[in-house]
Amino acid sequence: MMRRNCLAAFAAVCFLGLPSFAQMSITGAGATFPYPMYSKWFDEYHKIHPDIQINYQSIGSGGGIRQVTEGTVDFGATDGPMTDEQLKAFREKRGGDVLHFPTVLGAVVPIYNVPGIATDLNFTPEALAGIFLGKVTKWNDPAIAKANPKIKLPGNDILVVHRSEGSGTTYVWVDFLSKVSPDWKSQVGTNTSVNWPVGIGGKGNEGVSGQVKQTANSIGYVELIYASHNKMAYGRVRNSSGNFVKAELASVTAAAAGVTMPDDFRVSITNPAGKNAYPISSFTWLLVPEQMQDSGKREAMKGFLKWMLGPGQKLTEALEYAPLPKAVVGQEEKAIAKLH
Amino acid sequence: MKTLTRRRKIVNAVMLSLTGVCTFVIVGILFVILGYLFWNGARYLNLDFFTKLPTPVGENGGGMANAIVGSGKLLLLATLIGVPIGFLGGVYLAEFGRGVFPSLVRYTTDLLNGVPSIVIGIFAYTMVVQRMHHFSALAGGLALGVMMIPIALRTTEEFLRSVPQSLREGAMALGASKSRTIATVVVPAAIQGILSGMMLDLARVAGETAPLLFTSFSNRFWSPGWNQPIAALPVMIYTYAIAPYEDWHRQAWAAGFVLLSLVLIVNIAARIILARSSAHHRR
Amino acid sequence: MSAAPSAVASFDIRAFARRVRAGDQIAYLLTLICAASIFLVTCLLVYELWISSGLARHKFGWSFIITQTWDPVKEDFGALPFMFGTVVTSIVALLISVPVGIGAAIFLSEMALPRISDTLTFLIELLAAVPSVIYGLLGIFLLVPVLESGIVPALKGVLGFLPLFSGPFYGVSLFSAGVVLSLMIVPFIISVSREVLLSVPVEQREAALSLGSTRWETTWKVVVPYARRGIYGSIFLALARALGETMAVTMVIGNTPKLQSSLLAPGDSIASVIANQFTEATSDLYIHALIELGLVLFALTIIINGLARLLILTTGARIEK
Repeated sequence: MMRRNCLAAFAAVCFLGLPSFAQMSITGAGATFPYPMYSKWFDEYHKIHPDIQINYQSIGSGGGIRQVTEGTVDFGATDGPMTDEQLKAFREKRGGDVLHFPTVLGAVVPIYNVPGIATDLNFTPEALAGIFLGKVTKWNDPAIAKANPKIKLPGNDILVVHRSEGSGTTYVWVDFLSKVSPDWKSQVGTNTSVNWPVGIGGKGNEGVSGQVKQTANSIGYVELIYASHNKMAYGRVRNSSGNFVKAELASVTAAAAGVTMPDDFRVSITNPAGKNAYPISSFTWLLVPEQMQDSGKREAMKGFLKWMLGPGQKLTEALEYAPLPKAVVGQEEKAIAKLH
Repeated sequence: MKTLTRRRKIVNAVMLSLTGVCTFVIVGILFVILGYLFWNGARYLNLDFFTKLPTPVGENGGGMANAIVGSGKLLLLATLIGVPIGFLGGVYLAEFGRGVFPSLVRYTTDLLNGVPSIVIGIFAYTMVVQRMHHFSALAGGLALGVMMIPIALRTTEEFLRSVPQSLREGAMALGASKSRTIATVVVPAAIQGILSGMMLDLARVAGETAPLLFTSFSNRFWSPGWNQPIAALPVMIYTYAIAPYEDWHRQAWAAGFVLLSLVLIVNIAARIILARSSAHHRR
Repeated sequence: MSAAPSAVASFDIRAFARRVRAGDQIAYLLTLICAASIFLVTCLLVYELWISSGLARHKFGWSFIITQTWDPVKEDFGALPFMFGTVVTSIVALLISVPVGIGAAIFLSEMALPRISDTLTFLIELLAAVPSVIYGLLGIFLLVPVLESGIVPALKGVLGFLPLFSGPFYGVSLFSAGVVLSLMIVPFIISVSREVLLSVPVEQREAALSLGSTRWETTWKVVVPYARRGIYGSIFLALARALGETMAVTMVIGNTPKLQSSLLAPGDSIASVIANQFTEATSDLYIHALIELGLVLFALTIIINGLARLLILTTGARIEK
């Protein structure tokens, strides 16, 4: 009796442990910015190709860069393109190069939770820089009030919420702030992880939106979809033409219009020219090593990238990400051939 | 004289009742915590939770079927690593252990027990994940297994030591070798205690999250084999709790309910076994 | 067993063969290997921690412990904010849990009837079995709102003049983490203290009572001092546990690597920052700095645990865990 039970248990262990040879499992990690889009894509792709499982974990762009460099994941994802030093480190550690593949366009919006204010607030770049530098400390500070003449702002202290870990969303945000505020540029700078002058940390876009949602008088920055999914108020930001623009498909697409995409696809589109452009927009990239040892995984990745550039692009608008400009799609399709 | 006595009597009454208050506050908090968790968890528990995979971000529904199985797999591996090593090590210390080396083993076991779980996670990362170049259930199971060893060892040693020497001497007088004595006489005498200790050990490790964060990572799908990242209940609770989606919060409560129920059931069962075994010995 | 001493080496081949056949030698070797492997694993752990923090140790040296900055951009790392957060939250946890815990232990050992005492202790020990992440879950959704709506405003009303309780409170903070930790460690204090108090010889109590002390005076002035070392031991044990707690703390502490003067401000602890930033440490120096933090934490817990064991054992009380 005991023996039979042991045998049965042993068989169960083997079954649980037996790798399913029909399954191709690919692991990726990185940006939380496009996570809603990626999780939808990978889910849809799995329905079309049930033998391919792409497991993506949103741990932040810093994590995506790190883990793909270490080789612990098959691909990474980031909204802050890898720097030259990081590319060099990848080359040294792994031998080949890593390629950036833009996937969608998104926007980083300032979300806030001010009791009594349900309308959209206008933020000037100076106001945003001042708030995140800790120089603008109250909601009724003139820097904010001037842009919102018709709204009565309370005199409460502002609580800043930023990312606690390495983040591409942070990169996009501080990239914008560095462009519009010399103070920010010299004091803090641009990176996926910075030494924040003020504020508390939330983990992931999810953590920041969660924190702002639960905390009165707070302000944070998240990707657009996180604000709308959670029905949170987000403000308009003044662009380089002087217009206060709200982040949406049209304004994000306008931000990418007219930008020349370099060969390696690394480009920043914050604070662009354009009347209707939303100033804090960004591409987001998949980081795929040029040389993938496993031919099965390589072909699966290529297949996914092709699908992503075709039918995948049609799914972006439902999640409020803007699709890639056609020129970029064409450039990318040629680049997929580089994977070997 | 009379007022002094009266004052002392008042102090006596006040302080003693305060200690009672302390006790009941703590027990009360326990009930509030558990009650809140169970009420919220039970509300959001449904069949989908146990049978479905997670849905894409922002879409309601789905469940944690893969995390439940994942936790099971990780704990299985942890038990396969931790229990035999801990048990046999405990046998060594109890039956053969006198001198410098056994004391050294005891000391390092206590040391290992005190290591924060996040540091064990770092260890498993450098030893397994970095070398294998991917996250895996193997790494996670190893981290949990290493955490299980110290308590498995000490439990085994203690309960083996508590077996009266007369039992051993009797067996040896009948001609049994030392290993035979241990296997057929000493261990069975202590088995209930050892078993309860192992169960408590397992329950403790079942709730660990930190060592899994960068070893087994997580997975939105089923995880075949041992070489893939794998989802686990505690990690899902953490991920879902800090996110802003209401649906994820509900699932976090449900997962907390399931996890805590399992942990408490194992705990209570272990203690019942222990109580019955010591009652048996007292007779 | 022969009476004549042998001039040759005393290794008795026949006895050895007997032992091998009986399985004794195998049993001995097998168990020895397992015991040795534990020793080896621990040594390996320390070795790996040491090696994998090499870059940071060489760059910063001892100043790592006193540097305040944690700047991944400029690659300047210092452990001070995290040590501060770890120590402060643990102290807050102790300040809350020690009086309450010892009070409860006194009640359970001196006052309550044995069956009630056993049942209540059993229930309290169940608190120790609750996983950390569940305390974190309850911390975010139950404790922090309770602190925000009732307790902290009251605290600020009474003690707000102190810099310790100044500034705005946003829920996540050093104080919240301390409160959650206190819940997590109080069962250890109660369990161990109760055991040491129960082990105090009954003659001590009888002697005090016969001299005319009240129950309280007996307890407080005779029994507790007798068990003093064991109680200190339980406090150190609880402290060691609090220092290493990761999940519950990281969910309510605010993740801000700065030194703060107010308990109501957000902070960070060593375990919490490792959990948050480990997978994202983009440069080698960054990850080595995090592992060095792990080493610091490891050293802290070894010292505290060692003291705890010393104190508990010298009281002569038997502890199960």
